[in-house]
Amino acid sequence: MAEFKQADSMYEWFDQRLGIDKFLKVMMTEYWIPKNINFLWAMGVLLTVMFTILLVSGLFLLMYYKPDINMAFDSVNYTIMQEVAYGWLFRHIHAVGASVVFLIIYIHMFTGIYYGSYKKGREMIWISGMLLFVLFSAEGFSGYMLPWGQMSYWAAYVITEIFGGIPLIGGDLVVWIRGNFYVSDSTLTRFFMLHVLLIPLAILGTIVLHFYALRFPHVNNLDGEFFDYDAEAKKYLDGKKVESKVVPFWPVFLSKDFFVLGFFLLFFFYLTFFHFNFAMDPVNFDKADGLKTPAHIYPEWYFLWSYEVLRGFFFEIAGISGKSLGLIAFAVAQAVFFLMPWLDRSPMVKPANQRPYFKYWFWFLMVDLIVLTIYGKLPPTGTNAWVGFASSITFLSLFIALPFITKAEGKKVGGK
Amino acid sequence: MMDESRRGFIGKAFGAVAAVGGVASLIAMKKTWDPLPSVMSAGFTTVDVSGLEANKLEIVVWRGKPIFILKYSADMAPTDGRSVKVGENYYSVMVGLCTHLGCIPAYRCDKQDFKCACHGGEFSADGVQTFGPPPKPLEIPPYKIDGTTLVLGEEGPEYKAMMAKAGGV
Repeated sequence: MAEFKQADSMYEWFDQRLGIDKFLKVMMTEYWIPKNINFLWAMGVLLTVMFTILLVSGLFLLMYYKPDINMAFDSVNYTIMQEVAYGWLFRHIHAVGASVVFLIIYIHMFTGIYYGSYKKGREMIWISGMLLFVLFSAEGFSGYMLPWGQMSYWAAYVITEIFGGIPLIGGDLVVWIRGNFYVSDSTLTRFFMLHVLLIPLAILGTIVLHFYALRFPHVNNLDGEFFDYDAEAKKYLDGKKVESKVVPFWPVFLSKDFFVLGFFLLFFFYLTFFHFNFAMDPVNFDKADGLKTPAHIYPEWYFLWSYEVLRGFFFEIAGISGKSLGLIAFAVAQAVFFLMPWLDRSPMVKPANQRPYFKYWFWFLMVDLIVLTIYGKLPPTGTNAWVGFASSITFLSLFIALPFITKAEGKKVGGK
Repeated sequence: MMDESRRGFIGKAFGAVAAVGGVASLIAMKKTWDPLPSVMSAGFTTVDVSGLEANKLEIVVWRGKPIFILKYSADMAPTDGRSVKVGENYYSVMVGLCTHLGCIPAYRCDKQDFKCACHGGEFSADGVQTFGPPPKPLEIPPYKIDGTTLVLGEEGPEYKAMMAKAGGV
């Protein structure tokens, strides 16, 4: 055992045993963040706070929720909403939080795409972030099933049915996932397990990986500038704080983040208290009925774009059925963002508006995602079906075109 | 490079034990999620179709799935290989789940067709897809004709003949 000298204070006692001084330096006071950033760089902290809010509100819901098809609906809509003191508040926080967390995830993600924060050493930040997006999607989907309303049931039905499109094993796989021939009690209970334990654990682990991945390539900045962090950190520590291009994570960067967080929380609790209805679909206040499909099924707003890609292909092309094409397109849409670091062949790490070709691609993608989102909510009939088809094709084409566009851009700017 | 030391041997031995244990656990985990025996042995559904009204959809439940039974009216022609003859009348007997993503299509008796509200698919009265994303006709469940009753879940001679004609699906 190492030698311990008598500690002079409580702080020293803990420091001897846990290395608090060193730990705080590495994690906070000597973790360097560039100065040249704006409020969009606060989204990571916002997401961490949102995840915590979801976790805590979830704990309170968990104490009264019953994962059983005969009890689930009433445990949510009667027990939690009407009997438990402030149960309604925890439910509304949880539901609005699930929606808002995706809003911030999308802002975070498209900030990364706009500023090229996924390449030249930052690939693992991007990939771990996309993994978090997939895990949050799975978390959102599994949680949506739990109130056991009509939308819960039919969303579960349609999404698990998607796996039936996998060749050969599809049919058996769907039965295996559901634990029955249809969405039933076994399905509800296993998705409850996934929602409250397995996926949150995976999310926590991936958050750690995501933060860790930032340590070596460091956070990107507004101009995509690469500089020597050690040299800039030294300037700061030597007292040349104005000259230095970096600030410590704590207290300098976080104090600004808390300011943004303050505004965000006002917005979040404004929604929670006064506009929670957008996250509470009225159809889901009818109890699940496996024999009655609601007239129109649609997912929450954050899944609409990929849902529209799924149903955009409604007719056979070259002997491949519309269903298969839709499933392939859907699978591609889920995976294609992972490939951003390799599809973008331009060496430029600059905000999109300074990139001669990429800027058109970026805004084209934004418009297309908005069109997909709007039409994902509309009934897929007549003209709507064709708009859905065109925007789905556009989405896929954009990613096929990206390597060529960025390659040409690389040539034009001469490798800078 | 082969590690021939004793530590190398211990490493390999542990690797082998862990691999066997890992595969065994994976099998156990996979089987835990399989449908339970009580689910697998879910019974048969018997329906008396003699009293049904023509051109009005009857829905019964079999294995948690809605089964459409549609008695044809005089102006509806039976389709060879899809329509079921029970007594003097023809019927459509089909799993009432859209072959696209499993929603339940609604029957429109004025147009004598099925319309799926989810993704806009349409089927004729005998269950053949006519518009939209459904890749194939509505599925026909195994049935046996017993007088004027249908036994769902049992493969009768009429069902087997129908499947043989359809190419043994």
